[in-house]
Amino acid sequence: MAGNALLFLLMIICGIFMVLPLVMVINNALKPIDEIFQFPPRIFVRNPTLSNFSDLFVLMNDTWVPFSRYILNTVIITLGGMIGHVIIASLAAYPLAKHEFPGKNILFAMVVLSMMFSWTVTQIPQYVIISWLGINNTYAALVLPAWAFGMGLYLMKQFMEQLPTSLIESARIAGASKWRIFWSIIMPNVKPAWLTLAIFQFQQMWGNTGSLFLRNEELKPLQYSLLQISAGGVARAGVAAAVTFIIAAVPIIFFLVCQSSIMETMTTSGMKE
Amino acid sequence: MTAGRKNIVKQDTLGRRIWKARTSYALMAPYFILFFFFTVLPVLMSVGLSFTYFNMLEPPVFVGWENYVKLLLEDDIFVIALKNTLLFAVITGPISYFLCLLFAWIINEFKPKMRAFLTLIFYAPSITGNAYVVWNLILTGDRYGYLNGLLLKLDIINEPILWMKTENLIMPVLIVVQLWLSLGTGFLAFLAGLQTVDRSMYEAAAIDGVKNRWQELWFVTLPAMKPQLMFGAVMQITMSFAVADISINLAGNPSVNYAGATIVTHLLDYGSTRLDMGYASAIATILFLLMVGTNKLVHRLLRRVGN
Repeated sequence: MAGNALLFLLMIICGIFMVLPLVMVINNALKPIDEIFQFPPRIFVRNPTLSNFSDLFVLMNDTWVPFSRYILNTVIITLGGMIGHVIIASLAAYPLAKHEFPGKNILFAMVVLSMMFSWTVTQIPQYVIISWLGINNTYAALVLPAWAFGMGLYLMKQFMEQLPTSLIESARIAGASKWRIFWSIIMPNVKPAWLTLAIFQFQQMWGNTGSLFLRNEELKPLQYSLLQISAGGVARAGVAAAVTFIIAAVPIIFFLVCQSSIMETMTTSGMKE
Repeated sequence: MTAGRKNIVKQDTLGRRIWKARTSYALMAPYFILFFFFTVLPVLMSVGLSFTYFNMLEPPVFVGWENYVKLLLEDDIFVIALKNTLLFAVITGPISYFLCLLFAWIINEFKPKMRAFLTLIFYAPSITGNAYVVWNLILTGDRYGYLNGLLLKLDIINEPILWMKTENLIMPVLIVVQLWLSLGTGFLAFLAGLQTVDRSMYEAAAIDGVKNRWQELWFVTLPAMKPQLMFGAVMQITMSFAVADISINLAGNPSVNYAGATIVTHLLDYGSTRLDMGYASAIATILFLLMVGTNKLVHRLLRRVGN
């Protein structure tokens, strides 16, 4: 019992520190301009206002291309990069986890090891390849590399490995094809895994400003445009706080939806065998 | 029956085994074609560049082992960076790994709504994207910094401490911040892993005489989650060996006397500031080898879980 109390105390203390950035983003977004520049800075807002958001909406109507265009770009890039990755990484993870074939170990080792090579230095070769493939300045320049991230395949493979082989075996005896087994047995049973992967990938794609590959203003994502609007120095400090809030809020909402869905499915059904 | 099947496999030629597994290859093709173009090729090109002088304006010039010789024998800052990186790997790596596991395990006990909420709280530093702003406020070097203000009020110190400008304090502070920030990928993977442990195993274990929650964790939950534990370990290695952002944002790059330098800050210094991509690639290659070695070691340790 004393051990339990100690654990919870540790959790509470850590929790307070963990939630600080979230508390600050929310409070800053609600601060009137004089409180934003108050010195020494305070965490909590005293006279909350929504004026930062109304200022932001006014500025949104004033962008180079219609603001809805940025939203559309972000939807294509974020959802495209996320859904595509979850599907093709899961498809590739299934044979790696459950089938035997020549080259299996090498292919898997390559994926795991690739995560250990510093992304900073591969950026330039990657740029060269993207230009060479002729997909520079298209959505594909952001979406296709995202489909090939190593982490997603690794995550899916680890979860699929956990599934009892008898589950697949009995479906095969019943005459189900590999394709069929994948969609109606494997994927439903690793739902927590692909929802978790969706969270990671959503966050990754949402944070991409596309500045390296997208030159046309009509192709740029929301994140880029929001940062552009808020980059106005002192005069835009309030707007910038509202932008920080929106940039954080969208992945958080997505996160909460996925997390509660992970838990719902598993508490009601458990793992079926 | 398995012995019989093994014999057949042995008799098959490689070509026939490949043909038999054609569905498997077809399922993997979309991923691995993209993986080849966007990951394998760039990595190979980077390794190739590590044997050149390349300033990104002129074409690369082959220099043989020169970058490696300079890096391993003459670069004093690399020694500091290596030492700091290993400190992160040895301290934050394991601690953060166990905290991820512990918090995931505790949070998993709550009812679904509360669980989603607690998960968000502990994942907040990874998702809100303004982590450094918070720590910059806390660690401000004058008496208005939150930490200095608190310590002054409690009479623990007499004058404000320049947290991020004092050589001996930089690494301890960075280690704390890195720990705070590190409840990310591994944590969520563990949480998802706990959800997929077969419930019937707990009942079986109770019959077998598992008495308390700790025994249950060690003998049932952890062995069942081995794949996730492996995954978490690899993520922890890639993260703690690649610490750079927190050092650059809090201590600057270069930091005071390079006290906060890590391998990746060193790499960024050459790659983006000095435009010596060949040298940066050599650093990346050495870092890669370090991580691969550590990964082998950790795998060996994790095999013992539950024994």
